[in-house]
Formats: sequence, C-alpha cells, structure tokens
Amino acid sequence: MESKMAYENDLNLKATELRLGLPGTDECEDQALSGTVGNKKRPMPEKSEERESKDAETAPPAKAQIVGWPPVRSYRKNSLQQKKPEAEIAGMYVKVSMDGAPYLRKIDMRVYKGYPELLKALEDMFKFTVGEYSEREGYKGSEYVPTYEDKDGDWMLVGDVPWDMFMSSCKKLRIMKGSEARGLGCGA
Amino acid sequence: MREDPVSEMSEDDDRSPPSDLGGPASVTVSSNKTRNCTGVCGSGSSSIEFQAPYPDQVLENVLESVLYFLTSRRDRSAASLVCKSWYRAEALTRSELFIGNCYAVSPRRATRRFTRVRSMSIKGKPRFADFNLMPTNWGAYFTPWVAAMAKAYPWLEKVYLKRMSVSDDDLALLSESFPGFKELVLVCCEGFGTSGLAVVASKCRQLRVLDLIESEVMDDDVDWISFFPESQIYLESLTFDCVECHVNFEALEKLVIRSPSLKKLRLNRLVSIGQLYRLMIRAPQLTHLGTGSFSTLEVNAQGEQEPDYISAFSASKSLVCLSGFRDIWSDYLPAIYPVCANLTNLNFSYANINPDQLKSVICYCGNLQIFWVLDSICDEGLQAVAAKCKELRELRVFPVDPSEDAEGPVSEVGLQAISEGCRNLQSILYFCQRMTNAAVIAMSKNCPDLVVFRLCIMGRLRPDHLTGEPMDEGFGAIVRNCKKLTRLAVSGLLTDRAFGYIGKYGKLVRTLSVAFAGDSDMGLKYVLEGCPKLEKLEIRDSPFGDAALSSGLHHYYNMRFLWMSSCKLSRQGCREIARALPHLVVEVMKTDLEAEVGDYVETLYMYRSLEGPRDDTPQSVEIL
Repeated sequence: MESKMAYENDLNLKATELRLGLPGTDECEDQALSGTVGNKKRPMPEKSEERESKDAETAPPAKAQIVGWPPVRSYRKNSLQQKKPEAEIAGMYVKVSMDGAPYLRKIDMRVYKGYPELLKALEDMFKFTVGEYSEREGYKGSEYVPTYEDKDGDWMLVGDVPWDMFMSSCKKLRIMKGSEARGLGCGA
Repeated sequence: MREDPVSEMSEDDDRSPPSDLGGPASVTVSSNKTRNCTGVCGSGSSSIEFQAPYPDQVLENVLESVLYFLTSRRDRSAASLVCKSWYRAEALTRSELFIGNCYAVSPRRATRRFTRVRSMSIKGKPRFADFNLMPTNWGAYFTPWVAAMAKAYPWLEKVYLKRMSVSDDDLALLSESFPGFKELVLVCCEGFGTSGLAVVASKCRQLRVLDLIESEVMDDDVDWISFFPESQIYLESLTFDCVECHVNFEALEKLVIRSPSLKKLRLNRLVSIGQLYRLMIRAPQLTHLGTGSFSTLEVNAQGEQEPDYISAFSASKSLVCLSGFRDIWSDYLPAIYPVCANLTNLNFSYANINPDQLKSVICYCGNLQIFWVLDSICDEGLQAVAAKCKELRELRVFPVDPSEDAEGPVSEVGLQAISEGCRNLQSILYFCQRMTNAAVIAMSKNCPDLVVFRLCIMGRLRPDHLTGEPMDEGFGAIVRNCKKLTRLAVSGLLTDRAFGYIGKYGKLVRTLSVAFAGDSDMGLKYVLEGCPKLEKLEIRDSPFGDAALSSGLHHYYNMRFLWMSSCKLSRQGCREIARALPHLVVEVMKTDLEAEVGDYVETLYMYRSLEGPRDDTPQSVEIL
C-alpha cells in the first residue's frame, strides 16, 4: 500500500509509461505489487520510522541525547573528553626538535607574543643561539637555524611570515644545523 | 516449604582474577535428603550431638578435611545440599564467600552460616548503574556488611567490592577490625575519599594489596600515600589510576623504595613520565605497571635533560602487563619497545593513538593475550593486531568519541580481520558505528572458543550497512556456532528472530544485554523460555511488556536479577510478578521524582532475595 501511495505521489510515471500489455492488466499488477510489499521486508528508512513512532510513546525522540547510550562508563567518557588528539590542536601545542638532541619538546605557541620571545625560549630550552635574522639572508652565521613545517608540509624559515600567519600555519618546529638550512633563506 | 534453588552466581566479565569464590548463602531445605546426621539447630550454630555415633564423627572430620580443598563455589553449593552433615561441614570450611547481590541475603544470615570466612566478595548495583540509569542514592551500602563482618570474622584477610557505596567510616571500621587484613579491592565503588584511604594505609599493617579500580575517590586534601608505615612494608599491589587528585610524589617514591615485594603499580594520570621513570628504576621487579600520564605535564619546562626511558623499560624484565598512557605523548611510545615481547596484557584504552603509532608497537607484541584499545587505531590498526597477536584471548575496542553520530573509524573490516587472525579469541567487546552480518558470522566460525561476545553498534537500530538487513543472522550465528558462549550483548537493528535464535541456541548463556531491539513480547519470551542458564538479563528501550514478563515466572528464582528500563511494562504487570513470587524483590524506579505515579513503569529491577524488601530505598524507588 505504501508503494502505491508513493507511486501516486510521484510524477505519475505510470501514465507516461510505455509497456506491452493488454488494457486491464494494470489492476492485477498493482495488487500483486502491494501484496509483495506487504510480505517482504520493508526498506530500512520506513522501518526505522515506524519503530521510532512506536518508541515515541515509551522513549525520548529518536535523535535526542539518550541517557547512558552508548554504554560507556562516565569515567571513561570524561577521561577521553579531557584530552584532544594532537592533530586537533595543531598550531597551539607544537613539537620542537633539534638536530642532535635525543628527545623532542613541546611548546604552547599561545604563550609567545612574537618571534623574539619564541626564539629566546627556544634558545633557553635547547642551549643554543641564533644570529641576526634578516629577510634576505635568514639567520646568517648561526650554528643552528629555526625552521618550521607549515600546513602544506613545506619546511620554512622561522620569521619569514607575519607572526599571526606563522601561528596558524606552523605545525612543527625543527632547529636545524646551519649547514643544512642554506636553501631556506628565501622563504616561501 | 518451597525449596530455594542453589544460588550459584556467575563471574562477571571483569578485571578481577577468575579466582573461585564461595557462593551466596542460601537456606537449603534438605529434609528429604538427610541421612543419619546429628541434629543441628539453625545454620552454622553449634550442633547438639547427643546421639552422635563415633563413625559419623570421623566422617565429619574427614569431610571437613576434604572439603577444605574444594574451591569452586558451585561445587561447594552442590556439596552443601547433600545432607545436613555436609551442609555443616561445607559451611565450616568455606573460607571465601561470594555475595553476587548484596541484597539477596543479609549480612547476619551470611555470617551465621559461614563462620570461618577469610575473604569476602560483594557485588552491589547492577551494571546499568554505570550508565546513569539508576538514582545515585539507590543503595548497595557496605556499612551493614562491614559491621557484621567486624563481629563475625576477626581473622578476615580480603575484601573485594564491586559497585558498592563505601564510606570513609566503613573503611575506618574495616581497618580497625581485622588485624590480619591483607587485600582491599574496590571496583566501581564510590562514597569514600582520600581520608578513608589514609586510614587503611596507616592501620592495615599487613596490607599487601590496595587496588582502586574505576572508583570515584573524593579529594579530601589528605596525603594518604604518606600514611603508610615508615618501616618496610609488604605491599605487593598498589592501584590508584582512577584517583583524580595529586599524590605526594616524594612520599610515593619512598613508599616504592621500601616495598621490595611490590609487583603491581598503577599510577594515576597526574604522575608525569619523568616521575614514572624515577619509580621504575626503584622497582625493576614490577610485573604490572600503570604508567600514569605518559607525558611531561609541564609544557614549558626549561631544557632539562630527559631521562633515558628506554633503559628504564629495558631494566623491567618482568613486566607482563602494561596500562595507563592517560595523556600519551606519542613520541614517548618507543620507550616501551623493550618490554613488548613479554607483554601478555596491554591496555591502550586511554591512549588516543593512530594506526601507524599502534603498528610501531604491536609488531613486537607476539605474546599478547589481552588487549584493550581505542578505535583511533582504525581498521588498519586492528589488521595489524590480527597479523601479529596470534595468542590473543581478549580484545576490547572502545570509542574515542562515544556518541551515536560519530565518525566510526572501526567497522566490520576490523572485526573480520581479528576473526581471521586471532583464532583463540575468547572474549570481545567491540564498539563501532557500522557492521555487517557477514563479519559477525565469520567471527562465529573462526573463533569457536568465544565465551564473551559483546558488540555495540553505537547508532541505534542500525542494520547491516551493506545489505540493509537486520543483524539477526549475525547474532544467530554467534549463539549457534560458539558453543561455549556464556555472555552476550546485542545491538543494531534486531527483530524477534534474533531472540528466537538466542532462545534456541544460547543454552549456556548466563548474561544477556539488550538495547533498542526486538519487535514484540515474543522476543523476550523466546529468551526466558529458551535459556535455562540465564542469570543476568538487562534490557533497555525494547518493546517488551507484561505478557513477556510473565513468561519468565518459572525461571526468575534461578536468576540473579532482571533489569528492564524504558520498555512496555505496567505497574499492574510488575505487581503480579511480585505476588506470584514472594521471594523476589520487585523494585520500580522513576528518574523524575515530580512525575505522577501512573501505570507505566520506567525502570524495573528485580532480584531474588531471602530477606524480603530492603529498608534503605531512596524516594525514587518503590518496592512492589
């Protein structure tokens, strides 16, 4: 029956349908159709709708937040909510590696107001110094050079772009040996 | 007089070691079975043996000696039914008492029958209490139990509690009453705080085990770790990973130093990896380690030299069980490589790691038997597990995002892979967003040793996402092919047919969890009529009504409990059950206290009991 109704609600394709068949066979087909619809399993959306209307009397509306479902203990739920995967907060907590150091560090970028602060912190953390930064020549004369990986996966020299842009695009920091950093002098 | 059934309670599928524990006390009527036994008044009280022939006395002594070795509580219950003499001997020799439902029997009755108990295990609330489906002050108080035990069992050594409400005063009484007290294990308990822990630490001088597992511990601002005695202590296991307040690290370190027997140490997430290192090098003999946060907690620590974590793990040659990783910084993951080959138990269920990170670890874990993990590892990660962990017995996959509309990084692909790679699998808990019958059927065939099958398709009423069919056939195959299955949790779109299968094939099923499933009363009827071993049945949001409820009258005394919430029950229907079965306590709960007491029953929780209605119910609970 649903099928028949659906048919009528449609563009009445039946009227324009080309088919071979004697006039009068139409009815039988319809009956046969509705008969089989009644017998076979209904397609998924309809069934769940029916179930949901059945449940409406006894349970809250379908997609509202259900208490205690899925069945995960609150302790576990709370523990997982407290932390976010590292990817989600990229740009805020950023890993810092230095060539030759055995372990990475992690820094919170929001703490720094600009490049001078950031560089000072890195110098303190890893016990090295950077030279003067100039747009043309990068960190000329430094044993180590601060670089970063941006959203596109490219390795850039720290300091080339405005601070805000750097904050939002920096995914990782790497303090490279000066000798390796030659090619980065020109920035993006 | 009606004979009470032997009350044998099944073990929950929980973290406690599967030690055999005594069954709950039950009054057994054995008048038709008594042989030439001496007259005994009451249970456990002294017998008046005015007519005892000498051979029987010898028999009793022999019996006691033999029964002493009987550890399985089911066997003990059976033995106690033979005759009064055996009943008495069994009662005198039962040293481990297991109470599956704290309201099924009173502390008085239990302590009167069993007079020489050394170890008590008590379970309180039903499992659905974990999911906020019960009022918070529902009950399950430890207080009356500890009071009775304090009088009856001065030589008590061990207490295991699950889902009980425990107060600081209870802990204080426990600490003062049992001079030989050795083990305290609290699982999913609440009601106490660090002040209670402090009393236990300071007064239980023989303490070997203090394990707090997924319990709520209030922060009373008490430095409980410092309360352990200054002298060398016998501590073998200390688990406090669920305690959400800082512990005094210096005190903890000193504690570890003076505990040469310490084998199990599970730290909370407020312990940094640097602190973990310091503890590990003090205790290289550890077999079980909960790593705490597994990250540096201060983010901007000025460039201190980081310790060599790998060497600490290398030195821990006895580690077989690893957990924790509460705030894992994945770069530290390689530190655990040295112990992976020996690990039999790895719990990553709080570690949000991606497939590659998981693979880097799992490739070393050839001996893994128990593995808990988050679905962040995706199907790809599970495939790696399947490829490497041929000895896997238990797998639990938890969702990072436990909501219905989440992404769902694991699916039937992961399940299929596990079924093909881990043929010895016995227990699985799997949260996912989509599943197919084919994968579940495959698991039923590939893993015939399955004892526990718990599949949670998080979106309600989801069918097989490839065929659009209900999940009936998958679960049907599980009950049909897994001949050892005792615990089943179903989900997804399910018709009455699925329950028909369970009733027909699930002959060993003891625990069944149902949510948003079934079409009609027939579903529940199939199960209640078909599953003779059913002990624990928890149902929510399913269209089962009074007629279905009455179809289980023949069986309810054999069950520990029945839970039905948001189904189609009426007060009248529940009242009829209560009338028909006087030894059943029928509790009706409502979550909204303001709501009128209509005929509809929001939550039904009923259980057999020797004591009748309890007197400690909150306002939201009514006993019919």
